[in-house]
Amino acid sequence: MASEGGATGYIVHHLTPLTVGEGFWTVHLDTLFFSAFLGGLFIWFFKGQAEKATAGVPNLTQNIAEMLVEFVDGQVKDTFHGKSQLIAPLGLTIFCWVFLWNFMDLIPVDLLPGIAGLMGMEYLRVVPSTDLNATFAMSISVFVLIIFYSIKVKGIFGFVKELTCTPFGPWMMPFNLLLKVVEEVAKPISLGLRLFGNLYAGELIFILIALLPPLIQPMLSFPWAIFHILIIVLQAFIFMVLTIVYLSMAHEDH
Amino acid sequence: MSINATLIGQMITFTLLVWFTMKYVWPPIMEALEERKAKIAEGLAAAEKGQEEIKLAEKKAKNLVKEAKEQAAEIVSMAQKRANEVVEESKENAKKEGDRMLLAAEAQIEQEMQQAKEALRKQVASLALRAAEQILNEEIDKTKHKEILEKATEQLG
Repeated sequence: MASEGGATGYIVHHLTPLTVGEGFWTVHLDTLFFSAFLGGLFIWFFKGQAEKATAGVPNLTQNIAEMLVEFVDGQVKDTFHGKSQLIAPLGLTIFCWVFLWNFMDLIPVDLLPGIAGLMGMEYLRVVPSTDLNATFAMSISVFVLIIFYSIKVKGIFGFVKELTCTPFGPWMMPFNLLLKVVEEVAKPISLGLRLFGNLYAGELIFILIALLPPLIQPMLSFPWAIFHILIIVLQAFIFMVLTIVYLSMAHEDH
Repeated sequence: MSINATLIGQMITFTLLVWFTMKYVWPPIMEALEERKAKIAEGLAAAEKGQEEIKLAEKKAKNLVKEAKEQAAEIVSMAQKRANEVVEESKENAKKEGDRMLLAAEAQIEQEMQQAKEALRKQVASLALRAAEQILNEEIDKTKHKEILEKATEQLG
Protein backbone atom coordinates (compact mmCIF):
# COMPACT_ATOMS: atom_id res chain seq x y z
CA MET A 1 0.00 0.00 0.00
CA ALA A 2 1.25 3.44 -0.99
CA SER A 3 4.79 2.48 -0.26
CA GLU A 4 6.67 5.29 -1.93
CA GLY A 5 9.37 6.05 0.58
CA GLY A 6 9.60 2.47 1.82
CA ALA A 7 8.84 1.45 5.38
CA THR A 8 8.99 4.95 6.81
CA GLY A 9 6.69 6.23 4.14
CA TYR A 10 4.23 3.44 4.85
CA ILE A 11 4.22 4.16 8.57
CA VAL A 12 3.94 7.88 8.13
CA HIS A 13 1.17 7.40 5.62
CA HIS A 14 -0.78 5.29 8.08
CA LEU A 15 -0.39 7.77 10.87
CA THR A 16 -1.29 10.83 8.88
CA PRO A 17 -4.85 11.97 9.32
CA LEU A 18 -7.21 13.10 6.63
CA THR A 19 -7.21 16.85 7.10
CA VAL A 20 -9.03 19.92 5.96
CA GLY A 21 -7.97 23.46 6.76
CA GLU A 22 -4.82 25.26 7.78
CA GLY A 23 -2.99 25.99 11.02
CA PHE A 24 -5.08 25.73 14.16
CA TRP A 25 -8.24 25.43 12.12
CA THR A 26 -7.10 22.18 10.64
CA VAL A 27 -9.73 19.51 11.13
CA HIS A 28 -9.07 15.80 11.18
CA LEU A 29 -12.04 14.55 9.24
CA ASP A 30 -11.29 10.89 9.92
CA THR A 31 -11.14 11.36 13.67
CA LEU A 32 -14.33 13.39 13.68
CA PHE A 33 -16.11 10.97 11.39
CA PHE A 34 -15.12 7.76 13.15
CA SER A 35 -15.67 9.03 16.65
CA ALA A 36 -19.05 10.46 15.70
CA PHE A 37 -19.94 7.25 13.91
CA LEU A 38 -18.92 5.14 16.90
CA GLY A 39 -20.70 7.53 19.23
CA GLY A 40 -23.77 7.09 17.05
CA LEU A 41 -23.37 3.32 17.29
CA PHE A 42 -23.18 3.58 21.07
CA ILE A 43 -26.23 5.84 21.24
CA TRP A 44 -28.16 3.69 18.80
CA PHE A 45 -27.55 0.53 20.82
CA PHE A 46 -28.24 2.02 24.22
CA LYS A 47 -31.17 4.13 23.12
CA GLY A 48 -32.77 1.02 21.66
CA GLN A 49 -32.19 -0.86 24.89
CA ALA A 50 -33.42 2.03 27.00
CA GLU A 51 -36.64 2.13 25.01
CA LYS A 52 -37.16 -1.60 25.31
CA ALA A 53 -36.01 -1.79 28.91
CA THR A 54 -38.49 -3.73 30.97
CA ALA A 55 -38.49 -5.22 34.41
CA GLY A 56 -39.37 -8.56 32.86
CA VAL A 57 -37.01 -11.25 31.67
CA PRO A 58 -34.26 -9.49 29.68
CA ASN A 59 -33.13 -10.73 26.29
CA LEU A 60 -29.52 -10.97 25.14
CA THR A 61 -28.99 -7.36 24.05
CA GLN A 62 -30.81 -6.02 27.06
CA ASN A 63 -28.59 -8.20 29.20
CA ILE A 64 -25.48 -6.73 27.58
CA ALA A 65 -26.71 -3.17 28.09
CA GLU A 66 -27.70 -3.90 31.67
CA MET A 67 -24.41 -5.59 32.39
CA LEU A 68 -22.52 -2.51 31.20
CA VAL A 69 -24.81 -0.17 33.08
CA GLU A 70 -24.53 -2.17 36.29
CA PHE A 71 -20.77 -2.49 35.88
CA VAL A 72 -20.36 1.28 35.55
CA ASP A 73 -22.88 1.89 38.29
CA GLY A 74 -20.95 -0.43 40.58
CA GLN A 75 -17.71 1.40 39.86
CA VAL A 76 -19.35 4.74 40.56
CA LYS A 77 -20.90 3.51 43.78
CA ASP A 78 -17.58 2.10 44.94
CA THR A 79 -15.77 5.38 44.47
CA PHE A 80 -18.25 8.18 44.62
CA HIS A 81 -20.28 8.61 47.78
CA GLY A 82 -22.95 11.08 46.96
CA LYS A 83 -25.70 11.76 44.57
CA SER A 84 -24.98 12.77 41.02
CA GLN A 85 -27.07 12.56 37.90
CA LEU A 86 -24.00 13.06 35.76
CA ILE A 87 -21.15 10.85 36.89
CA ALA A 88 -22.56 7.44 36.12
CA PRO A 89 -23.86 8.25 32.61
CA LEU A 90 -20.58 10.06 31.97
CA GLY A 91 -18.68 6.95 33.01
CA LEU A 92 -20.80 4.77 30.76
CA THR A 93 -20.32 7.09 27.80
CA ILE A 94 -16.57 7.26 28.33
CA PHE A 95 -16.19 3.52 28.78
CA CYS A 96 -18.21 2.54 25.74
CA TRP A 97 -16.98 5.30 23.49
CA VAL A 98 -13.32 4.77 24.29
CA PHE A 99 -13.78 1.04 23.95
CA LEU A 100 -15.30 1.49 20.48
CA TRP A 101 -12.51 3.88 19.49
CA ASN A 102 -9.93 1.40 20.63
CA PHE A 103 -11.76 -1.44 18.97
CA MET A 104 -11.02 0.17 15.60
CA ASP A 105 -7.45 -0.81 16.35
CA LEU A 106 -8.31 -4.47 15.80
CA ILE A 107 -9.50 -3.90 12.27
CA PRO A 108 -6.67 -4.86 9.89
CA VAL A 109 -4.50 -1.79 9.41
CA ASP A 110 -4.81 -1.65 5.65
CA LEU A 111 -8.49 -2.47 5.28
CA LEU A 112 -10.25 0.84 5.81
CA PRO A 113 -7.42 3.05 4.47
CA GLY A 114 -7.35 0.79 1.43
CA ILE A 115 -11.06 1.22 0.80
CA ALA A 116 -10.75 4.95 1.38
CA GLY A 117 -7.82 5.01 -1.03
CA LEU A 118 -10.02 3.46 -3.69
CA MET A 119 -12.55 6.20 -3.01
CA GLY A 120 -9.90 8.84 -3.58
CA MET A 121 -8.99 9.72 0.00
CA GLU A 122 -5.26 9.90 0.30
CA TYR A 123 -5.01 9.45 4.05
CA LEU A 124 -7.19 7.77 6.63
CA ARG A 125 -6.44 7.11 10.26
CA VAL A 126 -9.22 4.96 11.62
CA VAL A 127 -8.48 4.81 15.35
CA PRO A 128 -9.68 8.01 16.99
CA SER A 129 -7.69 7.29 20.14
CA THR A 130 -4.46 7.61 18.16
CA ASP A 131 -5.36 11.27 17.68
CA LEU A 132 -4.30 13.49 20.56
CA ASN A 133 -7.18 15.81 19.74
CA ALA A 134 -9.70 13.09 20.49
CA THR A 135 -8.17 11.95 23.77
CA PHE A 136 -7.51 15.49 24.94
CA ALA A 137 -10.99 16.61 23.96
CA MET A 138 -12.33 14.07 26.39
CA SER A 139 -9.80 14.64 29.16
CA ILE A 140 -10.19 18.41 28.92
CA SER A 141 -13.98 18.03 29.11
CA VAL A 142 -13.45 15.96 32.23
CA PHE A 143 -11.09 18.64 33.54
CA VAL A 144 -13.75 21.31 32.98
CA LEU A 145 -16.18 19.15 34.93
CA ILE A 146 -13.63 18.73 37.73
CA ILE A 147 -13.20 22.50 38.03
CA PHE A 148 -16.95 23.05 37.73
CA TYR A 149 -17.80 20.60 40.49
CA SER A 150 -14.96 21.77 42.71
CA ILE A 151 -16.37 25.28 42.59
CA LYS A 152 -19.97 24.10 42.83
CA VAL A 153 -19.38 21.94 45.89
CA LYS A 154 -16.82 24.02 47.76
CA GLY A 155 -17.80 27.45 46.56
CA ILE A 156 -15.42 29.79 44.78
CA PHE A 157 -13.67 30.71 48.04
CA GLY A 158 -13.41 27.14 49.16
CA PHE A 159 -11.86 26.26 45.84
CA VAL A 160 -9.38 29.14 45.95
CA LYS A 161 -8.59 28.25 49.53
CA GLU A 162 -7.91 24.68 48.58
CA LEU A 163 -5.66 25.85 45.77
CA THR A 164 -3.66 28.24 47.92
CA CYS A 165 -3.69 26.97 51.49
CA THR A 166 -3.09 23.24 51.08
CA PRO A 167 -1.05 21.24 51.71
CA PHE A 168 1.31 23.61 53.60
CA GLY A 169 -0.90 26.32 55.08
CA PRO A 170 -1.38 29.97 54.07
CA TRP A 171 2.28 31.02 54.60
CA MET A 172 3.41 28.91 51.70
CA MET A 173 0.78 30.25 49.35
CA PRO A 174 2.75 30.55 46.07
CA PHE A 175 4.30 27.17 46.52
CA ASN A 176 0.93 25.65 47.34
CA LEU A 177 -0.61 27.24 44.30
CA LEU A 178 2.12 25.94 42.05
CA LEU A 179 1.80 22.46 43.50
CA LYS A 180 -1.96 22.43 43.19
CA VAL A 181 -1.98 23.75 39.65
CA VAL A 182 0.49 21.09 38.61
CA GLU A 183 -1.60 18.47 40.39
CA GLU A 184 -4.79 19.57 38.69
CA VAL A 185 -3.33 20.06 35.24
CA ALA A 186 -1.59 16.73 35.44
CA LYS A 187 -4.99 15.03 35.57
CA PRO A 188 -6.25 15.83 32.05
CA ILE A 189 -2.79 15.58 30.54
CA SER A 190 -2.09 12.17 32.03
CA LEU A 191 -5.59 10.95 31.12
CA GLY A 192 -5.27 12.05 27.53
CA LEU A 193 -1.67 11.00 27.04
CA ARG A 194 -2.12 7.59 28.61
CA LEU A 195 -4.90 6.59 26.26
CA PHE A 196 -3.20 8.17 23.27
CA GLY A 197 0.17 6.61 24.05
CA ASN A 198 -1.13 3.11 24.53
CA LEU A 199 -3.25 3.06 21.42
CA TYR A 200 -0.73 4.92 19.28
CA ALA A 201 1.95 2.45 20.25
CA GLY A 202 -0.40 -0.47 19.68
CA GLU A 203 -1.36 0.77 16.25
CA LEU A 204 2.26 1.42 15.41
CA ILE A 205 3.15 -2.15 16.25
CA PHE A 206 0.33 -3.42 14.04
CA ILE A 207 1.72 -1.27 11.24
CA LEU A 208 5.23 -2.58 11.85
CA ILE A 209 3.95 -6.16 11.77
CA ALA A 210 2.19 -5.35 8.51
CA LEU A 211 5.58 -4.46 7.07
CA LEU A 212 6.97 -7.94 7.71
CA PRO A 213 6.90 -10.75 5.15
CA PRO A 214 3.36 -12.11 4.76
CA LEU A 215 4.14 -15.52 6.26
CA ILE A 216 5.48 -14.09 9.50
CA GLN A 217 2.70 -11.54 9.88
CA PRO A 218 -0.03 -13.82 11.32
CA MET A 219 2.38 -15.32 13.83
CA LEU A 220 2.95 -11.88 15.30
CA SER A 221 -0.26 -10.02 14.64
CA PHE A 222 -2.42 -12.77 16.10
CA PRO A 223 -0.85 -12.75 19.61
CA TRP A 224 -0.58 -9.00 19.51
CA ALA A 225 -4.27 -8.70 18.62
CA ILE A 226 -5.20 -11.00 21.48
CA PHE A 227 -3.05 -8.98 23.82
CA HIS A 228 -4.67 -5.87 22.43
CA ILE A 229 -8.14 -7.08 23.30
CA LEU A 230 -6.99 -6.75 26.86
CA ILE A 231 -5.38 -3.35 26.27
CA ILE A 232 -8.39 -1.74 24.63
CA VAL A 233 -10.76 -2.74 27.40
CA LEU A 234 -8.23 -1.87 30.06
CA GLN A 235 -7.60 1.60 28.67
CA ALA A 236 -11.31 2.32 28.38
CA PHE A 237 -11.73 1.09 31.94
CA ILE A 238 -8.84 3.19 33.25
CA PHE A 239 -10.14 6.33 31.58
CA MET A 240 -13.57 5.76 33.10
CA VAL A 241 -12.37 4.89 36.58
CA LEU A 242 -9.96 7.83 36.75
CA THR A 243 -12.72 10.17 35.60
CA ILE A 244 -14.94 8.88 38.38
CA VAL A 245 -12.13 9.17 40.91
CA TYR A 246 -11.24 12.71 39.86
CA LEU A 247 -14.85 13.81 39.97
CA SER A 248 -15.44 12.28 43.37
CA MET A 249 -12.29 14.01 44.59
CA ALA A 250 -13.74 17.25 43.28
CA HIS A 251 -16.89 16.56 45.32
CA GLU A 252 -15.01 15.95 48.52
CA ASP A 253 -14.50 18.79 50.93
CA HIS A 254 -11.18 18.69 52.69
CA MET B 1 0.72 15.40 15.61
CA SER B 2 -0.79 18.68 16.50
CA ILE B 3 -3.57 20.03 18.61
CA ASN B 4 -6.07 21.81 16.44
CA ALA B 5 -9.74 22.51 15.85
CA THR B 6 -10.50 18.79 15.85
CA LEU B 7 -10.30 19.08 19.62
CA ILE B 8 -13.26 21.45 19.68
CA GLY B 9 -15.29 19.22 17.40
CA GLN B 10 -14.50 16.21 19.57
CA MET B 11 -15.48 18.11 22.71
CA ILE B 12 -18.81 19.00 21.16
CA THR B 13 -19.43 15.39 20.14
CA PHE B 14 -18.45 14.19 23.60
CA THR B 15 -20.73 16.69 25.31
CA LEU B 16 -23.63 15.68 23.11
CA LEU B 17 -23.02 11.99 23.81
CA VAL B 18 -22.83 12.51 27.55
CA TRP B 19 -25.90 14.71 27.52
CA PHE B 20 -27.85 12.16 25.52
CA THR B 21 -26.77 9.28 27.73
CA MET B 22 -27.65 11.24 30.83
CA LYS B 23 -31.01 12.26 29.51
CA TYR B 24 -32.30 9.31 27.51
CA VAL B 25 -30.21 6.21 28.17
CA TRP B 26 -29.29 6.00 31.82
CA PRO B 27 -32.60 6.75 33.55
CA PRO B 28 -34.84 4.22 31.74
CA ILE B 29 -32.33 1.40 32.10
CA MET B 30 -31.76 2.16 35.77
CA GLU B 31 -35.48 2.39 36.29
CA ALA B 32 -36.00 -1.00 34.68
CA LEU B 33 -33.24 -2.45 36.84
CA GLU B 34 -34.72 -1.01 40.01
CA GLU B 35 -38.15 -2.20 39.02
CA ARG B 36 -36.87 -5.69 38.40
CA LYS B 37 -35.05 -5.64 41.72
CA ALA B 38 -38.26 -4.67 43.46
CA LYS B 39 -40.16 -7.34 41.55
CA ILE B 40 -37.68 -10.04 42.50
CA ALA B 41 -37.72 -8.96 46.12
CA GLU B 42 -41.49 -9.03 46.04
CA GLY B 43 -41.49 -12.46 44.47
CA LEU B 44 -39.09 -13.82 47.05
CA ALA B 45 -41.15 -12.37 49.86
CA ALA B 46 -44.29 -13.84 48.35
CA ALA B 47 -42.64 -17.24 48.03
CA GLU B 48 -41.54 -17.11 51.65
CA LYS B 49 -44.99 -16.08 52.71
CA GLY B 50 -46.50 -18.88 50.65
CA GLN B 51 -44.26 -21.42 52.28
CA GLU B 52 -45.21 -20.16 55.69
CA GLU B 53 -48.83 -20.35 54.73
CA ILE B 54 -48.34 -23.92 53.56
CA LYS B 55 -46.81 -24.79 56.91
CA LEU B 56 -49.70 -23.13 58.68
CA ALA B 57 -52.22 -24.91 56.50
CA GLU B 58 -50.50 -28.24 57.15
CA LYS B 59 -50.65 -27.61 60.85
CA LYS B 60 -54.29 -26.67 60.55
CA ALA B 61 -55.04 -29.76 58.50
CA LYS B 62 -53.28 -31.94 61.06
CA ASN B 63 -55.31 -30.38 63.82
CA LEU B 64 -58.47 -30.89 61.84
CA VAL B 65 -57.67 -34.54 61.22
CA LYS B 66 -56.89 -35.03 64.86
CA GLU B 67 -60.11 -33.38 65.87
CA ALA B 68 -62.07 -35.40 63.36
CA LYS B 69 -60.50 -38.61 64.65
CA GLU B 70 -61.38 -37.68 68.20
CA GLN B 71 -64.91 -36.88 67.17
CA ALA B 72 -65.20 -40.11 65.25
CA ALA B 73 -63.99 -42.06 68.27
CA GLU B 74 -66.48 -40.25 70.44
CA ILE B 75 -69.27 -40.96 68.00
CA VAL B 76 -68.34 -44.63 67.83
CA SER B 77 -68.26 -44.94 71.59
CA MET B 78 -71.55 -43.13 71.84
CA ALA B 79 -73.06 -45.41 69.23
CA GLN B 80 -71.82 -48.45 71.10
CA LYS B 81 -73.29 -47.13 74.28
CA ARG B 82 -76.52 -46.44 72.50
CA ALA B 83 -76.53 -49.90 70.98
CA ASN B 84 -76.00 -51.44 74.39
CA GLU B 85 -78.81 -49.36 75.71
CA VAL B 86 -81.05 -50.41 72.85
CA VAL B 87 -80.21 -54.06 73.45
CA GLU B 88 -80.90 -53.65 77.15
CA GLU B 89 -84.12 -51.87 76.43
CA SER B 90 -85.30 -54.44 73.95
CA LYS B 91 -84.37 -57.21 76.34
CA GLU B 92 -86.41 -55.57 79.02
CA ASN B 93 -89.24 -54.97 76.62
CA ALA B 94 -89.16 -58.59 75.54
CA LYS B 95 -89.19 -59.72 79.11
CA LYS B 96 -92.10 -57.45 79.89
CA GLU B 97 -93.91 -58.66 76.81
CA GLY B 98 -93.22 -62.23 77.77
CA ASP B 99 -94.53 -61.61 81.27
CA ARG B 100 -97.56 -59.94 79.90
CA MET B 101 -98.18 -62.79 77.44
CA LEU B 102 -97.66 -65.27 80.18
CA LEU B 103 -100.19 -63.50 82.34
CA ALA B 104 -102.61 -63.33 79.45
CA ALA B 105 -102.13 -67.01 78.75
CA GLU B 106 -102.62 -67.84 82.39
CA ALA B 107 -105.74 -65.76 82.45
CA GLN B 108 -107.00 -67.44 79.33
CA ILE B 109 -106.22 -70.84 80.77
CA GLU B 110 -108.06 -69.88 83.90
CA GLN B 111 -110.95 -68.65 81.88
CA GLU B 112 -111.01 -71.78 79.74
CA MET B 113 -110.85 -73.87 82.84
CA GLN B 114 -113.78 -71.96 84.25
CA GLN B 115 -115.61 -72.43 81.01
CA ALA B 116 -114.77 -76.12 81.00
CA LYS B 117 -115.94 -76.40 84.56
CA GLU B 118 -119.09 -74.58 83.68
CA ALA B 119 -119.68 -76.83 80.70
CA LEU B 120 -118.94 -79.84 82.79
CA ARG B 121 -121.30 -78.70 85.44
CA LYS B 122 -123.95 -78.16 82.83
CA GLN B 123 -123.32 -81.63 81.41
CA VAL B 124 -123.35 -83.11 84.88
CA ALA B 125 -126.60 -81.42 85.56
CA SER B 126 -128.17 -82.58 82.33
CA LEU B 127 -126.75 -86.03 82.85
CA ALA B 128 -128.22 -86.09 86.31
CA LEU B 129 -131.44 -84.87 84.85
CA ARG B 130 -131.43 -87.56 82.19
CA ALA B 131 -130.50 -90.12 84.75
CA ALA B 132 -133.38 -88.96 86.90
CA GLU B 133 -135.66 -89.03 83.91
CA GLN B 134 -134.63 -92.54 83.02
CA ILE B 135 -135.08 -93.55 86.58
CA LEU B 136 -138.47 -92.03 86.58
CA ASN B 137 -139.25 -93.61 83.23
CA GLU B 138 -138.31 -97.02 84.25
CA GLU B 139 -140.40 -96.67 87.42
CA ILE B 140 -139.30 -98.64 90.17
CA ASP B 141 -136.94 -101.23 89.08
CA LYS B 142 -134.67 -101.59 91.93
CA THR B 143 -131.98 -103.30 90.18
CA LYS B 144 -132.23 -101.09 87.20
CA HIS B 145 -132.42 -98.11 89.43
CA LYS B 146 -129.44 -99.13 91.22
CA GLU B 147 -127.76 -99.91 88.01
CA ILE B 148 -128.51 -96.48 86.62
CA LEU B 149 -127.43 -94.83 89.73
CA GLU B 150 -124.31 -96.77 89.67
CA LYS B 151 -123.78 -95.78 86.06
CA ALA B 152 -124.37 -92.13 86.82
CA THR B 153 -122.12 -92.32 89.72
CA GLU B 154 -119.60 -93.94 87.53
CA GLN B 155 -120.05 -91.20 84.98
CA LEU B 156 -119.71 -88.55 87.59
CA GLY B 157 -116.66 -90.06 89.04
